[in-house]
Amino acid sequence: MITLTHYLVLTGILFSIGLVGVMRRTNLLMLFFSTEILLNAINVGFVAVSKYYNDLSGQLFAFFIIAVAASEVAVGLGLLILWYKRNGSVDLNSLQMMKG
Amino acid sequence: MYEMIAFYVFAALTIGMFGIVVTSRNALYAMSALAGGMIFISGFFFILDAEFLGVVQIVVYSGAIMALYAFGMMFFDTTRDVSEKMRSKKIAYSLSIASAVLIVTILGVPLAGENMQAFYPNMEGVGNIQMIGVVLFTKYLVPFELAAIMLLVAMISGIVLASKKMDEYLAIEDEEIEDVKEGR
Repeated sequence: MITLTHYLVLTGILFSIGLVGVMRRTNLLMLFFSTEILLNAINVGFVAVSKYYNDLSGQLFAFFIIAVAASEVAVGLGLLILWYKRNGSVDLNSLQMMKG
Repeated sequence: MYEMIAFYVFAALTIGMFGIVVTSRNALYAMSALAGGMIFISGFFFILDAEFLGVVQIVVYSGAIMALYAFGMMFFDTTRDVSEKMRSKKIAYSLSIASAVLIVTILGVPLAGENMQAFYPNMEGVGNIQMIGVVLFTKYLVPFELAAIMLLVAMISGIVLASKKMDEYLAIEDEEIEDVKEGR
């Protein structure tokens, strides 16, 4: 029988995979992918808690997280394209100089 | 029994896919693996009786977000391998310790909150989608509207940022168009 602990362990594993990605990536596009993994992992956790505690709030919170992820991608990718046009690179090290 | 098989299959597939996303040096492989992982995540939602969220996951993540990434990748040089340099060992160690503490906290919180009460318990004979509609449009109406405004702002900012010169083209005067037509 699959219990809540199974899902929470899975959530922890997926979240740590995302954290590893955030730590070791220096390409900004790859960093975006890792943040998507983080958001997805938390969504699984929310829905599992919602199911096992018989409460809908978790599902609705996951729903809003998906909306936030969609807008994050739209704004972030726009900024990334702008940065690439200006600098020719989406590497994190190119962002170290904070000058226009 | 079937639930168990489905859980383990989807768990293995999701972890494998996301592992490829994190470790692959090719941006295109990483993006494809991420799209696959998103689809498999929706499998968990279907197992957990959250049909609405499963469909939303497929539509929004695999449809909208992945299409947006694929569109954005047209601007970047994706054939080149992504360069990665590990600089400081100290930062890596302290960050892994912090993430380990974070994971223990995530796993420990439900044990601490053993006496949780359901605010919106499921009704008998009402489907998941209907129930989400009822709760979303009564208790969560204001956050829902705020999310709508946020998505609108994100859409406008995405259009403005990605197409930098669009406002200039839109502001072309009629005479200038005539000039272009006549080759002046």
